[in-house]
Amino acid sequence: MKATVHVTLKTGVLDPQGKAIGHALGTLGFQGVGEVRQGKVIEIELAQTDQAAAEAEVKAMCEKLLANSVIENYAIRIDP
Amino acid sequence: MRSAIIVFPGSNRDRDMQLALRQASGQEPHMVWHKDTDMPEVDLIVVPGGFSYGDYLRAGAMGALSPAMRTVKERSGKGVPVLGVCNGFQILTEAGMLPGALMRNAGLKFICKQVHLRVESAQTVFTSGYAQGQVIRVPVAHNDGNYFADPDTLKHLEDRDLIAFRYVDAEGAESEGSNPNGSQMNIAGIYNESRTVLGLMPHPEDAIDPLHGGIEGKGLFHGLAQALN
Repeated sequence: MKATVHVTLKTGVLDPQGKAIGHALGTLGFQGVGEVRQGKVIEIELAQTDQAAAEAEVKAMCEKLLANSVIENYAIRIDP
Repeated sequence: MRSAIIVFPGSNRDRDMQLALRQASGQEPHMVWHKDTDMPEVDLIVVPGGFSYGDYLRAGAMGALSPAMRTVKERSGKGVPVLGVCNGFQILTEAGMLPGALMRNAGLKFICKQVHLRVESAQTVFTSGYAQGQVIRVPVAHNDGNYFADPDTLKHLEDRDLIAFRYVDAEGAESEGSNPNGSQMNIAGIYNESRTVLGLMPHPEDAIDPLHGGIEGKGLFHGLAQALN
């Protein structure tokens, strides 16, 4: 199975990189760009074959390492 | 004062710290490689600055999981003072030994310059070499020094007098201009609940010799040496 983890900054946490990207998009002439938030994507190959067990395992990985819960949220997708 | 400095792949202020501790205590600090779990009995443990593990994932995230950090946590639990400077501060927050997180500088640039700090509490083992409210000039050199914590944590830090140093101007006043990295409440350094763990972004170890352009970082090490002798 393959897990895809999206790590994003929590709402309310200032994202200066996202702001800079939004500003650059405006400079390039893109109209109507609202708030931009930058995050990261982590792909993990898993030996696990059970969907629920894989999700639980990746959730533990997020809590222990992949995301810093003080400033970040995470979302997990598991694909066969 | 017997001391140990944890050395990670990517540490780069470990030798500066070694010099500062040697100068203040007259004793040679133990350099402890991050993979070592056995550490001699010491009076102070230092987690130095640098870019442990290349700042991969988040600054300090990998360093916090090092075998040596397990020993640091264990000793800290027994009351041994722990000092984390710059990357060391980031590692201590990632290890859960200090609250909050250090984010990318608000201006998105690496900052390397002299700053002024106000000593917020001179009543700890780390700051006994300074006077309450004293303003000191020391350098910062970081990309991720923007201190963040939720409002409850910030209130707790302030109420319990756990803010160690604040970025101020030369006169000791807090202002937006004196905040180099966007840190909340101009926070440059904080203590844990028992004030036995101090994390700060600026580098007092790089202000201990006239050739550094200043010696106002000396107070921290001399205070420690006196308190822990």
